[in-house]
Amino acid sequence: MIHLTTPISEEAILELHAGDAIELSGIAATGRDAAHKYMVERLIEAPRPLPPEDLKLHDELQSFLRGGAIYHSGPILRNENGRWSFVSSGPTTSIRDEIYQDKVIAAFGLRVVIGKGGMGPRTLEACKRHRAVYLHGIGGAGVFNAAAVVEVLDVFKKEEFGLPEAFWKIRFDRFAGIVTMDAHGKSLHDDLAREFDMNFANVIKGV
Amino acid sequence: MKSTTEWIGGDGFREAVHELVRLAACELPADVEKALSDARSAEAPGSPAELTLSLFLKNIAMAKERQAPVCQDTGLPIFFINHPEGVSQRQLTRVCQDAASWATAKPYLRHNAVDAVTGKNSGNNTGLGFPAVYFTEWDDPAIEMALILKGGGSENVSGQYSIPYDPLDAGRDLEGVRRVVLDCVRQAEGKGCPPGVLGVCIGGDRGGGYLESKHQLLRHLDDTNPDPALAELEGRILSDANRLGIGPLGLGGKTTLLGVKIGKLHRVPASYFVTISYMCWVCRRRSVRIAPDGTWRVTG
Repeated sequence: MIHLTTPISEEAILELHAGDAIELSGIAATGRDAAHKYMVERLIEAPRPLPPEDLKLHDELQSFLRGGAIYHSGPILRNENGRWSFVSSGPTTSIRDEIYQDKVIAAFGLRVVIGKGGMGPRTLEACKRHRAVYLHGIGGAGVFNAAAVVEVLDVFKKEEFGLPEAFWKIRFDRFAGIVTMDAHGKSLHDDLAREFDMNFANVIKGV
Repeated sequence: MKSTTEWIGGDGFREAVHELVRLAACELPADVEKALSDARSAEAPGSPAELTLSLFLKNIAMAKERQAPVCQDTGLPIFFINHPEGVSQRQLTRVCQDAASWATAKPYLRHNAVDAVTGKNSGNNTGLGFPAVYFTEWDDPAIEMALILKGGGSENVSGQYSIPYDPLDAGRDLEGVRRVVLDCVRQAEGKGCPPGVLGVCIGGDRGGGYLESKHQLLRHLDDTNPDPALAELEGRILSDANRLGIGPLGLGGKTTLLGVKIGKLHRVPASYFVTISYMCWVCRRRSVRIAPDGTWRVTG
């Protein structure tokens, strides 16, 4: 088991290979469909200067995502006396963010993208170019994953996006996953897909 | 004798439906947990598949202990209600909506109802067609409410095929059905959170096919289809799917599906639909039977 703590260096990323089991600690943000669309359309590709509210969030995200992680997850939370905590929060299907992820990796200097199901060639290329990895979490294991979120530090866009889609700034303590796409251009998902296709052909033929 | 309005409007009835939602979200049925445990035993010790299944089982235990939702995507709550004659379906729908709202505050359900145009989350799991409630009138004096929580990831990989389906040379027979159902599993890969459970409908129209395929998801994994032809097909597809190698979360392994449940509807001569509803490994399914005297019991 390899332990990583944010901020993560380029060298640490280059030592990782598809198939490695990881425990990640440090600062991350949740961000899924609405968050990725917002980051690309309103923060990355929007004409400069950005409106003050967007600029503020842009700078805030830059301050802790650089060298850090984004987590494709829409959590269930509890609020007790004004303090938020994660109750259930596994990874969500990442491929929906494929059209945005490469731009977000490049613009925010992400080292780790966490989700489930794997991503496509654009993200794989961005991982290679910008030294990042895709970490596959344990899908469906909401309570197990929530236990690794030891602190909720802040939240952005809660009213506009709703609880599951907001940016939750969190602290991980040993979040568990498997690197399935590395910074060397290797995707376990691509290798497995070829195997599935071969098996599928045989099963259809009744072999 | 209480009126049906008083019966359904009473505290006991409401409590029964709350308990139905809590158990559906926080505790997986015993047959599902057993199937996952059996799947773990079948994988090679120390393999990613075995590790993944072990963590699934650990998560199930943690969810039960903490009374927290097994998976954060509590999906669309779908109620299938059987009721006697003379019951108000509107009143029962309100009971389901109130239970969804109550469960959101606990929190046993995630804020999951999003306006399709504005993107606004209602924040209480109610909205247009949310939760989904379907009714059947029966002869029994009791009301039976079954609930499945169907997550978005697995719903996104569900599908409907119109046979004949050229790419797989699938014709209008059970062999054609087998091919397209396996194609759906292949396309889903890890995206539907395997090992999953398939609810399948052969026939019907497009709308009815989807509904029946979801209804099939209420069946227990270890039951036997009363139709011998469908029972055989279920077994064949299950064993074929588990030869695809997709495995838990699509990371490779021996168990890709935990069960296949197939129903049928009459079709028109021109159409032959095969509809597949993919349920993730967090197969959340519960049922409560509420008798007219107010007694009730939740089952798997």
